[in-house]
Amino acid sequence: MSVEILSRIQFALTVSFHFLYPPMTIGLGMLLVIMEGLYLKTRNPLFHQLAHFWTKIFGLIFAIGVATGIVMEFEFGTNWAAYSRFVGDIFGSALAAEGIFAFFLESGFLALLLFGWDKVGPKTHFFATCMVCLGSHFSAIWILIANSWMQTPAGFHLERITGAIHTRLPNSYIVQASDLGHVRAVVDNFWAMIANPSSLNRICHVVFGAWLVGAFLVLSICAWYLLKGRFTTFARTSMTVAACFAAFTTVLQSISADATARGVVRTQPIKLASMEGVYETHDYTPMTLFGYVDTKNQTVHGPQIPALLSFLCFHNFKQPVRGLLSMPSDEFLAARNPGLSPEELAKIRPNYWPVVGAVFQTYHLMICIGSAVFGLSFLALTLLWKGWLFKTENPIIRFLLWIYVFAVIAPQLCMQAGWFTAEMGRQPWIVYNMLKTSDGLSRAVQANQVVFSIILFALIYILLFITFIYLLNNKIQHGPDDDEGHHTKAIGVSSDASDIAEDLFSRKGRASHQE
Amino acid sequence: MHHIQHIPLLNSIWFLLVGILLTGYAILDGFDFGVGILHLFVKKDEDRRILLNSIGPVWDGNEVWLVTGGGALFAAFPDAYATVFSGFYNAFMLLLVALIFRAVAIEFRSKESSTLWRQSWDIAFSLGSFLAALLIGVAMGNITRGIHLDAQGDYIGNFLDLLNPYSLLLGITVVALFAMHGSIFLVLKTEGELQSTIKGWVPRLIALFLILFLAFNVATIFECPDLVATMIKRPYGFAVLALDIAAAISIGIMVKRGYEFGAFLMSALTMVLLMAVLGISYFPNIVISMPEPANSITIVNSSSSHKTLGYMFIIACIGVPIVLAYTVSIYWIFRGKTRLGHVGY
Repeated sequence: MSVEILSRIQFALTVSFHFLYPPMTIGLGMLLVIMEGLYLKTRNPLFHQLAHFWTKIFGLIFAIGVATGIVMEFEFGTNWAAYSRFVGDIFGSALAAEGIFAFFLESGFLALLLFGWDKVGPKTHFFATCMVCLGSHFSAIWILIANSWMQTPAGFHLERITGAIHTRLPNSYIVQASDLGHVRAVVDNFWAMIANPSSLNRICHVVFGAWLVGAFLVLSICAWYLLKGRFTTFARTSMTVAACFAAFTTVLQSISADATARGVVRTQPIKLASMEGVYETHDYTPMTLFGYVDTKNQTVHGPQIPALLSFLCFHNFKQPVRGLLSMPSDEFLAARNPGLSPEELAKIRPNYWPVVGAVFQTYHLMICIGSAVFGLSFLALTLLWKGWLFKTENPIIRFLLWIYVFAVIAPQLCMQAGWFTAEMGRQPWIVYNMLKTSDGLSRAVQANQVVFSIILFALIYILLFITFIYLLNNKIQHGPDDDEGHHTKAIGVSSDASDIAEDLFSRKGRASHQE
Repeated sequence: MHHIQHIPLLNSIWFLLVGILLTGYAILDGFDFGVGILHLFVKKDEDRRILLNSIGPVWDGNEVWLVTGGGALFAAFPDAYATVFSGFYNAFMLLLVALIFRAVAIEFRSKESSTLWRQSWDIAFSLGSFLAALLIGVAMGNITRGIHLDAQGDYIGNFLDLLNPYSLLLGITVVALFAMHGSIFLVLKTEGELQSTIKGWVPRLIALFLILFLAFNVATIFECPDLVATMIKRPYGFAVLALDIAAAISIGIMVKRGYEFGAFLMSALTMVLLMAVLGISYFPNIVISMPEPANSITIVNSSSSHKTLGYMFIIACIGVPIVLAYTVSIYWIFRGKTRLGHVGY
């Protein structure tokens, strides 16, 4: 296999594995802030117990996120040296900013979050929790800014370096293969780089996705407790917080998904056409619900809803979504490949498309499972509102709770599928319409070296994942510590914590009190 | 050595800032690597837990200095970042493995009570720390000595070329340095019998480091004539080197007299001065090419644009004081002796 394919496999492997963990810490971090905030507000020891237990889970996840995250920071240089030289002026500064503003913040205050329960007062501890949560969000924001710049570059110009002389290239300049090693991107406007056309949409879309990952993790563990009849007060309270948070996030995510799709059609039309397998350009473009792309005959098989894609992309049923057969434009192709005839250009056009079948499938996987996550979030809220969610003696509720136990993987799958769509949909470019992925590699690295590191990482990550699941399961089995009794006495509030939880959240609880 | 007419101020500032970040990394992660290297020499389970808990709240933040140092190198001198990371591919992959194992070992080790489980993670923690320290030293040795670069600034050579005696000597020296630094940190954080055991190790570790350090300096005279030539042009470098050796010797005296915190500061100062000597003899190069010095990577030919260096300098001016403020506060909150409690490993 070529160094390119191997390096892409390695990056996909290491980033996918890493990307299981940060979304959990981002989502769980939000829930920790809510739980500890509720504790400070109500001084109800039950919330203290909640925060304490979920902090332990958080610590375990965080450690693996950090350990696997350093790999990512190194890999740009080890495997993608030519890319690093091309974009260092821009991409490097986003990474460095992530270090200064995000990593220090989260890892610094993590010490207080995990080890500071007895060292500092509740308010300082809450502050530390907020800072860890903020840090993990900053981290997501900076890395998404960097990645979004690769998707929709802005705020820069290209320059050619010959010896010590740097020549600015015109804005319309299209990079040629012969420019490799002599041309690089240089920042013009730092804010335009940060606020590039896809940054905001993609930050929101990923962060809301991460919130759902966290919420579903809590829902899953608590549903299991309820089914087993263990730690029920704890589980009900946690589940109440998580269900409300999930439903709230679902609303935000719907808005974000709409904005993201409309952004992609504007900024990366080839990616959008690949997501839906649109080859020809027609008015009232339909959307395929599921199916497969016949790349040979350039058509899609599967149930379609007429004009839906046009509507989702433009909020207008008629406006056509541009098909792959007209992209990239003849002018672009001619500029990249000077001297070719129009027929030859038409022939090489598909070289500038991603693997349409794969992008179509990952995108539809995200859409289908995403819809299920939306449905489950609202179902949980409805059941909670009706006071049915905790009726574990009811077989239907038991069945639903089992679904929530396994639904923990649903938002994770969405995150992975969405990320694969975004990254595979950008191919063959590493920097959209500018630098090809195959031109971004390290010249100093041979295929056997990459094979060696892929095997190394694969083995370690399998070991890590098994150990993680084993320890997570142990923590779940052990459950929340029951040593919170002294807090109850010390603060002097009612020890019947379950009543308070019901008072706060459950309509039924309120109703029964009124009776 | 490649001669450069004019060096813009911002490039020099970033040379210094990257140096500060990497020095900060050496001082901070240095002591928790040291704790890791010494971990297996402490036999009792309870004592091993004290060792882990002494670095528990801070190792994670310490490692961020490496990530940020790498990020700063990427942002300020992308060509140097690309050359070093792709050139040291195998070494850095092994370093990543070492860092991953030691990170998860700290987190996993005390979660199960079985002896086999704890023994395995103890070994992972200790070997990971040892290997990471060794590889960092070997990488620095190769940078000091110079590596073979082509005209595009890419490394031509293989992994075995990196394992030359000179670089391995610096690798072992760094292991000894971190072990010494970690032992002094542990003297600060422990008490009773454990502390007196560790106190017994400190003079031996200092002696070991000093012998290796002197050997390394002698080797440098033979191995890196260009660096020595630069030092002769910048004679204050020798004064810094003399101060460095004095600082290292003073660690032993302070430990003997019971100034534990002073000893730790001196140990940190030893590292600062060590990096300063390297910086003085190396400036304005980042990666020296041997045997073709014309291909060397410098802070001028590898740097980002003036604009990016400027933006990044503003970011550093805003971010670094805040980072330092809360890092110091957190160290302050967790000051004093480490005792086992209901939170921790």
